This record gives sequence, C-alpha cells and structure tokens, in this order.
Amino acid sequence: MRYLHIANARVIDPASEMDSVTDVYIANGKIKAIGHRPDAGEIEETINADGQWLIPGLIDLGGHLPEPGYSQKGSIDSETLAAARGGFTHICSLPDTKPVADTSAVIKLILEKAARAGHTRVLPLGAMTQGLEGEQLASMYTLAEAGAVAMSNARQPIRDSYVLRRLMEYAATYDIPLFLCANDLSLSDGGCMHEGTVATRMGLAGIPETAETIALAQLLLLIEQTGVRAHISQISTRRAISMLRQAREGGLRVTADTPLANLIYTDASVTGYNSLYNVQPPLRSERDREALVAAVAAGELAISSNHRPHEIAAKKAPFSDAESGMSQYDFFLPHAMALVNRGELTENQLIRALTLIPAKVLDLNQGITEGNDFNAVLYQPAQEETVAANLLASRGHNHPLIGKTVIGKVNAVFIEGVQVC
Amino acid sequence: MINDSYSDPNKVQLTEDGRLKHFLTTEGLSRELLTEILDTADSFISTQERAVKTVPLLRGKTVVNLFFENSTRTRSTFELAAKRLSADILNLDIARSATSKGETLMDTLWNLEAMYSDMFVVRHADSGAAHFIAEHVTPNVAIINAGDGRHAHPTQAMLDMLTIRRHKDGIEGKIVAIVGDILHSRVARSQIHALRTLGAAEVRVIGPGTLLPRDIEALGAVPFYDMKKGLADCDVVIMLRLQKERMQNALLPSEGEFFKLYGLTEEKLAYAKPDAIVMHPGPINRGVEIESAVADGSHSVILNQVSYGIAVRMAVMAMAMSGQQTPIITEENA
Repeated sequence: MRYLHIANARVIDPASEMDSVTDVYIANGKIKAIGHRPDAGEIEETINADGQWLIPGLIDLGGHLPEPGYSQKGSIDSETLAAARGGFTHICSLPDTKPVADTSAVIKLILEKAARAGHTRVLPLGAMTQGLEGEQLASMYTLAEAGAVAMSNARQPIRDSYVLRRLMEYAATYDIPLFLCANDLSLSDGGCMHEGTVATRMGLAGIPETAETIALAQLLLLIEQTGVRAHISQISTRRAISMLRQAREGGLRVTADTPLANLIYTDASVTGYNSLYNVQPPLRSERDREALVAAVAAGELAISSNHRPHEIAAKKAPFSDAESGMSQYDFFLPHAMALVNRGELTENQLIRALTLIPAKVLDLNQGITEGNDFNAVLYQPAQEETVAANLLASRGHNHPLIGKTVIGKVNAVFIEGVQVC
Repeated sequence: MINDSYSDPNKVQLTEDGRLKHFLTTEGLSRELLTEILDTADSFISTQERAVKTVPLLRGKTVVNLFFENSTRTRSTFELAAKRLSADILNLDIARSATSKGETLMDTLWNLEAMYSDMFVVRHADSGAAHFIAEHVTPNVAIINAGDGRHAHPTQAMLDMLTIRRHKDGIEGKIVAIVGDILHSRVARSQIHALRTLGAAEVRVIGPGTLLPRDIEALGAVPFYDMKKGLADCDVVIMLRLQKERMQNALLPSEGEFFKLYGLTEEKLAYAKPDAIVMHPGPINRGVEIESAVADGSHSVILNQVSYGIAVRMAVMAMAMSGQQTPIITEENA
C-alpha cells in the first residue's frame, strides 16, 4: 500500500474532539492512520504541513448554483471550483434553477456536470413542489432516487398550510428529509431589508422578524404533527433561535442553519444603499447577529453559504431593484474565520458548525478519524491575502471581500483522498 | 466592481472642501450649508419680483429633468428654476418611455451622458435611486434629487424650511408637527433631518401606528397618535398628502375615519399656538387631510410654499453646478 503522508499538521476535528499536531496517513482515499506510521506499506508523498491546520472538509447546507438556466451568472464548473477553493468538499444545491430541480432529469444533469467538473461534490436538493409554486407535490421519491439528498422549496413559501401538512406527511412516509425556509411571504413581500431603524432612515421597505418567526411557528407545529425529518434553512433572527431551542427541549428533532453573511454583517451595512448587501434572508440587527453567533457557539446552528452569484448588471441598480444575494464560495473559510479572529467563536466552534453539524444533518461521516474517507482541508491560518475580482473562481463578482484583506488561506482540499485544489 | 465605496452618503454629495456637488438628502448636511441654501434662495426671491426674472448663472448649461415617476408640479418648478437661471432644459418623461421597454437605469444614464448634459434632476420610485445615479454618472454632472421612493425629497424640505424661516422668524426653538402618512413620506424624512439640524426645539410626527415608521425616534422625531396632544403648542403644522392606495393595503380603514382622527380642522388647529402656520406640500386632498376653511384660512401659507419652491430650486441648482465646476475654474486660473 502506498501512502500520502501529511506531516506535522494541527488536526482539528470536532467529531473526535481532537486538536493536536500530528501526522495523518492516507491510502485508497481513506484515512489509514493518525499519529503513527502504518505497519506495512511505503510513503508515496509527504506534505510538510508545519504551521497548517488539517480540518474536515466544509459541508454547505445551501448554495445557489446558477446552472441550469442562468449561464450569465456562472456555471456548475465555475461555482464548484469556487466552493472547493473556499474549503468545501460537499455543497447542497438549492432547487431554484431554471428549469426547477423538480424532475430527475435536472437532478441527474446537476450531478453529471458536477462530476465532470471534478471540484466540490454536489448534493442536490430536489424541489418539494412542482415549479416551487407551493401547490402540487413534486415527485419527491423519484427525485431522492435520482440523487437528491433532501427536498427544499428554496425561499418560495408554501402558502397553504394544507399543502405543507400533506407534503410533510408524504415525505415522512419515505423518510425523505425536508429543508424548510421560514418566510411568511405576506409579511416579507415588497420588503428588501430588515425592518428597523436603518430601513426607516433609508426609506426602504422592511421585512419584519415576524415574517420569519410566524412561518417558523407554523413549520415547527407541522413538523411535530407529521414527524418528518426536517432542517430549517437560513435562520436570521434572535427570536427564531429561542423558538428552535424550545422545540428541541420539547423533544422535537429539528436542526437549523444560518447564512455566514448573517453572522458577519448587519443591516447597518445597507447604509449608503450598497446593493451588495441586498440579501435574503435580510441582514438583521446587531442583536440578532449576536444571538446567531451565540447559537453557533452553543452548537445549535450550522453555518451555510447561501451563495448566490450574480452578473454585474444584476447588482448595478437602485437597492430595492437589485437582485438579492451574495457570492460567497471563494474565500469562504477565511471569511468565516473572521469570527474566530475577532474572538467571537473558538476554532472548534466554527469548524464544528461548518463540518460536523451539517454532516449530521446529511448523515455523512466527515471527520478526521481512521477509516473515514479523507475529505479534508489544509489551511494556513496566518497568511494574509488581498481579495481581488480576478482571484475569484465564481463568475459572481458580488463578493463582499473584494478589495479587502483576509487572514488565512486554503492551501489544499482533498475529496476521498484526491486533491481537488 | 461593487464595494463599500459609497457607505457614507455624504461623501457622495459634497466636494472635498465640503461644498454641495449633488443634492441628494438633507441628512448629515451642516447647519451652515443648509443656511447657505436658504440665504441663496432668499436672494433669488427678490429677483423673482422683478420684471426680468432671469439671471445668467447657468447660461450654456443643459439641465435634464429625468422623471421616472410622473409629477407635473415638481417638474414644472424645476423647469422654471432652470430657465430663470438661463439653462437649456430637456424634459424626459421616462415613466412612459425607456424603462417600460426594458431598458435598465444604467442604459438610460449612458444614453443621456452621450448628450453632454450638465445636470440631472431625478425623480424615481426607488429609495436610493438618486444616490445610485450620482455614484454611476460621469464626473461633472450634478444630480438633484427630486424625490426617491420613501427616502428623501430635499428640495421640498428646504422650501418648507424657507417658508418657516420667512413666516416664523427663524426655525430655532420652534415646535413643528408633521401629520399623516409618515411611513411612505420622503418629504417627512427630509424635513425631520433639516429641522433637527436647523435647531427646531421639537419635531413631532402624528398619525396612526400603521403610518408611523418603526423607530422613528432614531431620526429625532417624537411620535404622537393623538392629534390634539401632538398639536399642543406647535408653531408649525405640516400636513402630508394621503394616497388613496393606503386604504387598499390595510393601512387605514377609510378616508372618513382618517379625517376624523387626523384631518386638520379649525377645532384641532386651536390646540396649536394662536399664530401657528399651516403647510402642505400639495396637492391637497380637501376633506381628507385638511378642511377647506383651514387650507384657505389665515394660518395657511400653502401658496407661499409654491413660490418659494422656485427660489430654493434655483439656489440648489446654482450651488451644485458651482460645486461641479471647481476643477474647470482652477484650470482657467492656472
């Protein structure tokens, strides 16, 4: 057996609660030994990882791939390369493509294109309802068979409680997990930012917290009634965290994530009408942001990308007319590490929210443990880099770090032992 | 590329030495600058009373009225102001042309720039549209905000300040109430900022909870739901126009109930100071926000507002154009 030998890396693995400088030996895509040289076989290659971290590959519970349908915004090739460079080994793609991912053909197309590109693994989310219209159920069983790991309706709401109940019951029958966004459209419609002081000052129509919390209450009650496996995507408010906590204390098995942008930015960023910060869910108050960070620290939330690349014209418009979303995949890990550098999270808390918690949601084994697939990132935590548009792999240049300096660099990403970048 | 270059709106509208080069919002402008606008407008009022009303300040300049929303009144006063400054003026009614054919705002701008205009007077339904245009237009084109969404209508606010200053002997120490649909009002936001900066003792906003924006206190206004309490001891009462669509959006039950609670009648006006003035940006909905006896009564200065509007717009246009021209003047001197 011939081994890849990673020497002297600081291995941070929340799953095994490991944090120590050691050696890792990989063969046939799997981790064969940690801390000691395997008895048989020879070393094919040694990577000296002095000063670097070896952490599990990041898993994204929700990003938008612009293919099929939005070639002006990027491709599966460009966006999965950006994801790999950001430290992701796996990303869940939201179903709001064109056509919508409500047929097995679209799911297969996404999987094939992602495999051909050979960067980050794509785990497609299928549509819960046909055309994401929230009315008729999509063929969820068929989509799951084709490779969809869970079903989602992106941010399109299911307006009718009856439809929501029935689709949960149907999914529960086949143990198909649902990724649900809490968004009461009758309260959020027309709004383009968090409803609060900044919106009042800017004269922009606001999206109240209740657009999220009222919808979340409805989701939690129906999840309880139907027993469906459910994950809540893209939580943005302090109140939603306490509702989720209460539901879990009552015995409900429900997980949740928050987009990275909501952990780093607040509605104050909208001052000056910079359309870059027009995102869904909206950037909320500092109080909400602090509560989200605290929930991540407590291990209650995964961090998702909510990556949404746009062409320049889509953002070059007055704030409320600009398309919402941020390009996030490039530099994702250093971007997220800002939370550690600011002292808001520990390394372990951040990495857990990016790897272990999403892995549990998806039933994946993603840990630096003997016998596991080698899905991992080599990260140089001290290196500074100034982000420029020409350094982005994503076709979406609506990236909040352009022109800024980040600390930390993804040096290598491995998927099943193969270095993808 | 998109970045944080426009995080501070006042970096956009002022030159490096603090003079006006665009006029986008009253927020953040200094008391000195607001006073300079009022003083300049005052000097133009005297020219308006002469037989020959034009002054040559903008001779040879091209001003484009870029109205993405219809407004005959505001557009006409800008047109008249430009003509009295001797500028050439072009009226573009975009509401009915370009953007409805799918042309983006950027496309429209590029086309207009190709005509070598010197100033755009912009009205747009989106908050921040004037900022956006000022950010993306070529240098040396001045942008005057003639109303953007719910955000700002700074020339209207300044003509209101001029009205108060001329009729109440200054703004300092005055209690001002703004009544009606504050939520959707760009005029109210611009007035609040200007009044606070110019030293008003108290700015009150009066209306039902559905029409007062959240956290309005953060702008320095005191909310009142009761009209009589809100009007007590006021020096100035500013009534806002109520749009009919508010009834359809479940913000109000009926015009009748609104008038009962917030319509300005002689009886309610009696709670204000005896010499209080009544203002309205127009056009008036008689019997909805104000009764005719008050609109046409001795407290009303509504028609004066209209004539001051031209002087204020002349002042702002002249000042912004001069802020834009600094580099050229320096070159000529060199």
